[in-house]
Amino acid sequence: MNVDLAGLRLANPTMLASGVLGYTAETLENIAENGAGAVVTKSVGLKPRDGYANPTVVQASCGLINAMGLPNSGIDEFAKEIRSAKKVLQVPLIVSVYGFAEEEYATVARKAVEAGADAVELNVSCPHVKETGSEIGQNPEILAKVVMKVKTAVAKPVFVKLSPNVTDIVYIAEAAVKAGADGLTAINTVRAMAIDTETTMPILSNKRGGLSGPAVKPVAIRCVYDIYERVKVPIIGCGGITDWRDAVEFFLAGASAIQIGTAIALKRCNVFKTVARGIEPYLKKKGFESVNEIVGLSHRS
Amino acid sequence: MRLSAYRIAANKHRTTQILDITTQSATVKTYTFKDKECAKALPGQFLMLWIPGIDEIPLSVLDVKEDGTVFIVVKKVGEATEALHKMKAGEIVGVRGPFGNSFTLKKGNALLVGGGTGITPLLFLTKKYASKANRLVFVMGAKTRDDLLFVDDLEKICGKGNLIATTDDGSYGMKCLATTPLEVLLAKEKFDTIYTCGPERMMLQVLNLAEKHGIAFEASLERFMKCTIGLCGNCMIGKYRVCIDGPVFTSNQLKEVKAEFGFSKLDFRGRKIPL
Repeated sequence: MNVDLAGLRLANPTMLASGVLGYTAETLENIAENGAGAVVTKSVGLKPRDGYANPTVVQASCGLINAMGLPNSGIDEFAKEIRSAKKVLQVPLIVSVYGFAEEEYATVARKAVEAGADAVELNVSCPHVKETGSEIGQNPEILAKVVMKVKTAVAKPVFVKLSPNVTDIVYIAEAAVKAGADGLTAINTVRAMAIDTETTMPILSNKRGGLSGPAVKPVAIRCVYDIYERVKVPIIGCGGITDWRDAVEFFLAGASAIQIGTAIALKRCNVFKTVARGIEPYLKKKGFESVNEIVGLSHRS
Repeated sequence: MRLSAYRIAANKHRTTQILDITTQSATVKTYTFKDKECAKALPGQFLMLWIPGIDEIPLSVLDVKEDGTVFIVVKKVGEATEALHKMKAGEIVGVRGPFGNSFTLKKGNALLVGGGTGITPLLFLTKKYASKANRLVFVMGAKTRDDLLFVDDLEKICGKGNLIATTDDGSYGMKCLATTPLEVLLAKEKFDTIYTCGPERMMLQVLNLAEKHGIAFEASLERFMKCTIGLCGNCMIGKYRVCIDGPVFTSNQLKEVKAEFGFSKLDFRGRKIPL
């Protein structure tokens, strides 16, 4: 069940996805105790942010739409949580970093690593200040600059969490890897919306949000499959994973590890344990000795 | 199974009309509306109320009826509740819920301690369980007479002798904190369970008294709520999520989070701030 992610050793391939819980050291510890092989924090930026007003979450038929608005205490305050988390965590701690410009990403990433982060994951779904409207993760040139800046600022692995809200995710993935990304997380939420028919109003206070949960799993599988064909770095699959079968599907598509978020609402925190426990018998039954052996297997079938 | 599980009936967004509004005090109104799911609420559970275009806020359930009617209590404390206070019967609100766990009814003598609008879930508990409990004593505290809610209802259910009211300014009942008569009561009478809801500092003192006298204890907590389904982490107290693991906690659970209970909560940014 061991997995090597660009030098990070995971005892099992399940990880806590960014944005879910992950405010406090105690919560991260609790998730690790529930069986996660690694934990990713909430996205943290240079300055504190309140996030959006409620409603920040609305349920869709087969998933959730959220627009939290990156609430966080800012890296200087959050560094304390990173330090406390490092004291108690037995699993790798990955800090999710966001910014509105290259320099911001680099500064936050550097401070996170100084506080003890084992790796950083770049959340590139923020709008770029110098180019209002377009997300950093939608523009390969800007994304490459962000990755390069962060790579020169930190000596730990740098993962890039890719947005599916692009014409060609593979093109963006290649740009990130070329710029030095040590791994890719696919995918972030899919842009979505819900409108209340009675009041005729958008429900989320931010109007638009991101869809997660089982509804996006087929989209995420396709993204991982396509990216795997073109890049050499490890891929972390993310999107709608609820049970071990979902996890295996991601491995077969090309993911080396998987992240779980929305499923926590359904199966509580021990979803990590139940997913990991389900993978082992599958490997045994199919005659494999490790998760590594089935990564990308569907490409050979 | 997996698909249907995501359509958690209680969490689905729906809208309903405000049916009736009653003014309880200068700052408190009660609202009724119909919602099949929320009408299944148990004492201690809460719902999320959407004030279209303004905000979505957590509110304790005051009462439910078999025909689907739900009663809630709203104190004017900020932008969202002010907007709600301006709304009229017939206007549309959104609801999700009910969420969280509920108070557990234990046999024997029950002591209920409510502060301010914190008496809301306790009144619900009293109505539901008054006939089942051996003996029921209700201690309620507020700043002034005007802030003491539902005195008549409580007197009717508990009996006049079993309702003890306190106010900070002495405008009604005893002039002291709700915890003062509690010490007297506990010294002379045996109670099996204490249920409390109100300001957390008060609840902490009640917890200490319950511990001192070896009485089972349940408290209903309040935190900033966003997702209410255990994902966002904004309502954490220690390792517990108030939206799912709570809002009702036992003394043993609260002892595990004693660094925070009565002292701090997470603000909207997820940063620990003093209560």
